[in-house]
Amino acid sequence: MFSLYTRRRLINAFNLGISVAAMAFGLFWLGWILITLLEYGIPGLTLAVFTQTTPPPGSDGGLINAIVGTLMMTALGTLIGTPIGILAGTYLAEFGQRGWLAPVTRFINDVLLSAPSIVIGLFVYEMYVVRVKHFSGWAGAFALAILVIPVVIRTTENMLRLVPNNLREAAAALGAPQWKVISSVTLRAARAGILTGVMLAVARISGETAPLLFTALNNQFWSSNLNQPMANLPVVIFQFAMSPYTDWQHLAWAGALLITLSVLTLNIVARVVFRQQATTH
Amino acid sequence: MNAEKSITPKLIVSDLNFFYGNDQALKNINLTIPEKMVTAFIGPSGCGKSTLLRTFNRMYELYPKQKATGEILLDGQNLLDKKQDLNTLRAKIGMVFQKPTPFPMSIYDNITFGVKLYETLNRHDMDERVEWALKKAALWNEVKDKLKQSGTGLSGGQQQRLCIARAIAVKPQVLLLDEPTSALDPISTAHIEKLIDELKKEFTIVIVTHNMQQAARVSDYTAYMYLGDLIEFGDTSNVFTNPKRKETEDYITGRFG
Repeated sequence: MFSLYTRRRLINAFNLGISVAAMAFGLFWLGWILITLLEYGIPGLTLAVFTQTTPPPGSDGGLINAIVGTLMMTALGTLIGTPIGILAGTYLAEFGQRGWLAPVTRFINDVLLSAPSIVIGLFVYEMYVVRVKHFSGWAGAFALAILVIPVVIRTTENMLRLVPNNLREAAAALGAPQWKVISSVTLRAARAGILTGVMLAVARISGETAPLLFTALNNQFWSSNLNQPMANLPVVIFQFAMSPYTDWQHLAWAGALLITLSVLTLNIVARVVFRQQATTH
Repeated sequence: MNAEKSITPKLIVSDLNFFYGNDQALKNINLTIPEKMVTAFIGPSGCGKSTLLRTFNRMYELYPKQKATGEILLDGQNLLDKKQDLNTLRAKIGMVFQKPTPFPMSIYDNITFGVKLYETLNRHDMDERVEWALKKAALWNEVKDKLKQSGTGLSGGQQQRLCIARAIAVKPQVLLLDEPTSALDPISTAHIEKLIDELKKEFTIVIVTHNMQQAARVSDYTAYMYLGDLIEFGDTSNVFTNPKRKETEDYITGRFG
């Protein structure tokens, strides 16, 4: 018979073992994806990628129209979605104690958060694209904004709930009206977390394909007109990767690498910002 | 023995009842808080001493389902009256909490936060007010060279003195202290007790404390509460050396609580 201590050590070693194995299994695939991406993407990353527009099959070209299109629509989607998300999240956390509106909003937001993005694309297609009768950068930005809103609402509410009630009481005890308490104390205390949420939302929408397929579509030529169909990396990757032309496939890999690297950078920036905020107060 | 002290009532509590939902936490409280003196509320946990303190600035109104009935007169006006503007009331009655609560901003901005709500001061006057408040709270010498640094970077004891400075910067008439030293080490506690002695020259102070020695050291009047009732209220030395009620004697001699 084992002594109690030996038995506990064995159980501990076993549990630690399966946990490490599970982690290794997950990391293996992630590592494989990243290595493949680097292997196929780096050779495709030439200067032309950043200077020329998407080519017809068989000729040289780059991705500049798609890069600019993605940047413009992601920025616009974030600019539209973030204020709405922060305001709604603040309402839920700070005013949502009484009444039925807050629980209903929270439930709908959860549904929206897990809604497949293709549904959002179809919605904007039906509501906007069909009415103006053409695909456009604006439609793409709207679809992305709808994806940003629930993420930002959720993180804003969660981060505000982490702010201790003591702080609200202390501000109220000085005679500060509620709007002042929220705007200069609670939102400020939660700003690092909220900013992280916004960055995660940006990371999420910068790789979305389905909602853009129905809204911005694509554009073979240089265009920064938001009322025209607009090139963007995810749809270009989708088209080029499925094509039989090797030049197009190389460009698709380069585009995929670009998106991954920018999302990675954004996540690292979010973490660094969060850590700095956490140590300064 | 109070003949030599001239007593002016600052807060007069009459028939005060308080409810958390259906639970009654205060039962028919009647007492008078004298001006520019220190009144301490003591009693075992859950006796209602913090609840009573929080009715003085209607802090309970932040939460639904909490309500108070009765009367609390501040300079002759019932502050529980819904017609009383809550924010101006709170500007007159400052509060310091158990845990230090510095705002996530600079030391300077922590002090000016409350002042800016009710006064428009120019740069020079504001600087003077900040210095005055920090000196009153015995913190000026420690922070005068780092006013632009975050208030959350200070030690616990310094943070609590910052909160006291922030509360007195708006020049309230009454200062409510809710167990202000229970999260602090003995040295910081001694600092704050000394401070209370200084502050009572200008402010009416009400302090809730778990520490009976502290009540004996800092207060002029003591109220002993138990299970939502005010058991005994009187001159601190009388309450501690010659309590009128058996329950008070049992508590202060450590027989329970």
